[in-house]
Amino acid sequence: MFDIVSFIPRAIMQGIPLLFGCTGETISEKSGSLNLGIPGVMYVGGICGVIGAFLYEQSAGGNVNGFLAVLIPLLACLIGSLLMGLLFSLLTITLRVNQNVVGLAMTTFGVGVGNFFGGSLIKLTGSDVPSIALSATSKYFSKGLPFGGSGAFSKMFLSYGFLAYVAVIIAFVTAYILKRTRVGLQLRAVGENPATADAAGINITKYKYLATCIGCMVAGLGGLYYVMDYASGVWSNDAFGDRGWLAIALVIFTLWRPNIAVFASFLFGGLYILYLFIPTGGDMAVKELYKMLPYLVTIIVLIFTGMRNKRENQPPESLGLPYFREDR
Amino acid sequence: MSKANREPLLHITKRKAMPWQQSWLIRLISIVAALIVCAVITTAATGLDPMSVYGTMLEGAFGTERKIWVLGKETAVLLCIAVAMAPAFRMKFWNLGGEGQVLIGTLISAACMIYLGDKIPSGLLILLMVVASVVVGAIWAGIPAFFKAKWNTNETLFTLMMNYVAIQLVAYYIIIWESPKGSGKVGIINQSTNAGWLPSLGSYQYLLNILIVALVTILMFVYLKYSKHGYEISVVGESQRTARYVGIKVDRVIIRTLLVSGGICGLCGFLMVAGTDHTITTTLAGGRGFLGVLVAWLAQFNPLAMVLVSLLLCVLSRGAGEISTIYGLNQSFGDILTGIILFFIIGSEFFINYKIHLRGGARKKGGSN
Amino acid sequence: MGSNTPAVSMRNITKTFGTIVANDDVSLDIYKGEILSLLGENGSGKTTLMNMLSGIYFPDSGQISINGQPVTIASPREAFDHGIGMIHQHFKLVDVFTAAENIVLGLKEEGRLDLTRAGERIRKICDTYGFDVDPKQKIYNMSVSQKQTVEIVKVLYRGADILILDEPTAVLTPQETDKLFAVLRNMKKDGKTVVIITHKLHEVEAISDRVVVLRKGRYIGEMKTSETNAQEMTNMMVGREVALNIDRPAPVDPRPRIRVENLTVRSSDNVLKLDDVTFTAKAGEILGIAGISGCGQKELLEAIAGLQPVQSGSIRYINDDGTEENLVGKDPLKIADMGVSLSFVPEDRLGMGLVGSMDLTDNMMLRSFRSGKGIFTDRKTPRKLAEKVVEELEVNTPGVSTPVRRLSGGNVQKVLVGREIAASPTVLLSAYAVRGLDINSSYTIYELLNQQKKEGVAVVYVGEDLDVLLELCDRILVLCSGRVSGIVDGASADKNQVGMMMTRLGGGASDE
Repeated sequence: MFDIVSFIPRAIMQGIPLLFGCTGETISEKSGSLNLGIPGVMYVGGICGVIGAFLYEQSAGGNVNGFLAVLIPLLACLIGSLLMGLLFSLLTITLRVNQNVVGLAMTTFGVGVGNFFGGSLIKLTGSDVPSIALSATSKYFSKGLPFGGSGAFSKMFLSYGFLAYVAVIIAFVTAYILKRTRVGLQLRAVGENPATADAAGINITKYKYLATCIGCMVAGLGGLYYVMDYASGVWSNDAFGDRGWLAIALVIFTLWRPNIAVFASFLFGGLYILYLFIPTGGDMAVKELYKMLPYLVTIIVLIFTGMRNKRENQPPESLGLPYFREDR
Repeated sequence: MSKANREPLLHITKRKAMPWQQSWLIRLISIVAALIVCAVITTAATGLDPMSVYGTMLEGAFGTERKIWVLGKETAVLLCIAVAMAPAFRMKFWNLGGEGQVLIGTLISAACMIYLGDKIPSGLLILLMVVASVVVGAIWAGIPAFFKAKWNTNETLFTLMMNYVAIQLVAYYIIIWESPKGSGKVGIINQSTNAGWLPSLGSYQYLLNILIVALVTILMFVYLKYSKHGYEISVVGESQRTARYVGIKVDRVIIRTLLVSGGICGLCGFLMVAGTDHTITTTLAGGRGFLGVLVAWLAQFNPLAMVLVSLLLCVLSRGAGEISTIYGLNQSFGDILTGIILFFIIGSEFFINYKIHLRGGARKKGGSN
Repeated sequence: MGSNTPAVSMRNITKTFGTIVANDDVSLDIYKGEILSLLGENGSGKTTLMNMLSGIYFPDSGQISINGQPVTIASPREAFDHGIGMIHQHFKLVDVFTAAENIVLGLKEEGRLDLTRAGERIRKICDTYGFDVDPKQKIYNMSVSQKQTVEIVKVLYRGADILILDEPTAVLTPQETDKLFAVLRNMKKDGKTVVIITHKLHEVEAISDRVVVLRKGRYIGEMKTSETNAQEMTNMMVGREVALNIDRPAPVDPRPRIRVENLTVRSSDNVLKLDDVTFTAKAGEILGIAGISGCGQKELLEAIAGLQPVQSGSIRYINDDGTEENLVGKDPLKIADMGVSLSFVPEDRLGMGLVGSMDLTDNMMLRSFRSGKGIFTDRKTPRKLAEKVVEELEVNTPGVSTPVRRLSGGNVQKVLVGREIAASPTVLLSAYAVRGLDINSSYTIYELLNQQKKEGVAVVYVGEDLDVLLELCDRILVLCSGRVSGIVDGASADKNQVGMMMTRLGGGASDE
């Protein structure tokens, strides 16, 4: 029997990091920056949160203040991701280096940073297992909503840590900003046709920098959520895996719409763990094939959007291209 | 001239071209600058003085004969992938699917070893593995190329997704083939018979691998530089309009080139399984599919530069590995250093392609070229 | 007009791009409430001058004043602040946005984005001047004329008092043009000032109060439209005849080589580019093609070369023995395989004819790289060819291994023409073969074309300088908006006559 009550929370918890990453990448791509460094950014976001929490837990000793326990990792995560965003912006927007190249280098670098500091902290704690547990901090991150009960509804919708709700809120707010506000309109114009936006008096550089950096910060939160809530404060190297790439795939799948991403990320989260719930008997191997689903679905979406069924569903027109006003 | 004329503080213009000596000098300076930054970071992390840091790194890369061979093997793998990427990039096709194309090559090679290891002679088996891995790698790259050529599907994201399809496929077979059962690993394939293993030349286990990659590199160099195909690739990459003007069939060239690119990746997968690792894991490519892209890009398709860049990156990663072992840091330290060096070299491209004019000064010089 | 202080005054404006002087010491006044025509041939610097008013370019020297006050206009936004708005030839619109979204883009209005309210304002503007825009329609669903309307509304929405339109009728049908002119007259009635950049005389006569003429970047003169005539304007626009002394050897035994009949071509966005074009190019003569740029010259040559899909009509190649082959629907490779040796010097030298980053040898190979057996290219022959071209055409280059991008314009063209001629063609198509070249290089090219003509090649020369066309070509086909305005004899044709034919269909007599 398919256990929907336990499937849904797990799908959602899998989906939340993807949602953060997808929303962040969407913001970035809407300004024309295809940031393939997002997987690295999410690692950096996660590890910075871990470092912040670790240092705080160490200095606070036994009496951990709930407010600071949340604030410090959160800030550390945001600052780390921001720095990554600035790096990407500097190289691609100011120095106009190819975005794919910078993105890939950032992913290599970001994963390295995550694993390096993760590994160092593990060594510092001298633990026997190759992971570091920040259970005190995690407690505050994974606390469900206060009015949640123990019924099926509560379990499915009210049991997540606050970052999960933040992810959903950010996604909807982003969707609203992109669609309904002047800032969103101008941002989309920058990504579609920077020359036109430039002629309309929009500061291209400013918009691109802001979108890329904010996008990175949002994506970084995905890393933080993953460690602090999903993994209950346990950091182990490479555990975050390929979720960053999946987040990028999700952007295509959702046709650059964060409001769709809310549901799509849960769907992807579901596809990601579907193998656990499909009765395959003892056949572990088939489960691996089920994990292919999100990627195959993305490829199919990519092919169909490429065949130009509708102009609104295309990637931003200048995605991946640097803007240089004097190219005439 | 009106007083009210305002010019921005920095004015950036595109350069037309720079003599290659100058551009390589800029790259060299950026590498040196990067090494200095790396030294500072390493010193901060280990408390050592920078000179001994680099001493340790060189020790780690070249310290013993065994280390040199390992370095050679690693460089060969990275170089092979970079070489595979070269024709695609020369055509301005972003093949980010190297990871998957390599993995699928390892998969088919392992499959041949496992299923045919005791059925056909090892020589024939190896031949079959080569052909199969090349074909399968080519198909893996050919699928996105087909869609790019026919419907202009975004190849960057398509090839990226193909990586994960390949990874899951490998994961599937790993479970099927796992040995011993429940270990989650395939273990060394054909350990007793060595069927499908590339022979060691003399006592040098990795020599054959290195030679094959060197051969592929030379062939690719010749292919790109002297063959009609190579010429078509360059024209398509520079200007599809010119290509059509002289009657080159652009879509056909795209597909054909990606078949070559994927085929070499497949071959690289074969080399890993048959030549060095004799097993298969999902992380066998280990991000080198991406790193190969960077190497190819940084080397600007120059095979000699590719050798140097691959070597530099491998020395760094081996050296950083040594530092990690000795000073109790972890292996990922190398990734950080690699990242820093990459950022510097990548950033230096700006100074090769653009010119900065400060306000006031060089106003007249702007249009001189 | 009424007031003595001009609304806009430009004084001694000079603008250069590299070595090219686009505007040379131009002074110009625009008065409130008038419609001013800025008249000139292609490349006369009309658009550049107006771009400096709209903040796209910044003048090298000179002063702009608005209502008598000296100002600097560093960006389009600052131009708007001064009430100046320009409608460019290439629309600056975001395709996936609606009309209203495009119109409010970049505006710093108070409060939140309210597209409904913006829609109401847009409707109001439309009612005032007689436009028809649906604020909710997406740009990519619009016709060219609708897009232009959006651009105009965008400018008006920003409260512009001075509108500059860059060749607004180039993309419009006659009916749409009439509608646009009616709108412009309404604007004038409303006290707005309109500048229209054009090279069409009848439009000047139909719409403007005053006309200013530019030629080769210089101010030539101005007059009230009511006090001038087409003849005078043409004279000012094309200038006096210059004695060039280009050779024109008499054609030897001209035989029909290419016969184009009822050729109709549409661009990929379905705009009619060539309409029922019929002519014959003969071996042993130079057929000139005159016309304002963008009147179908490019499409005509590309259609013959097999690079442009043809909607209807035929292009026949006539062999020496009188047999004919249809070239329609064949790509360049198939045409070559048929044994038709057709060379093409395209307008876009580095984007189409040559590969800028490749050296001379490699560029020579573009035509010949398939020759020879085996998988390898033969570099020796192209290298020899490159050396030969360098020597015979006196190409100024450090060597044959220099990327052609680094050569000057004249030398690039010599390389291209040299390669195309080396294939010993029977048909040589050339587009703007001397554009941007200095006098000496230009004469080298003329000589090369004449040499080909003497060797019995059918040469097609698309040009923009009427003096050159009249001195070089045996016959001149005049295109006007994709149609054949007439074919004249090069030796006997009169420059003004050709000039009129370029701007008005059938403006002169046809002699074939």
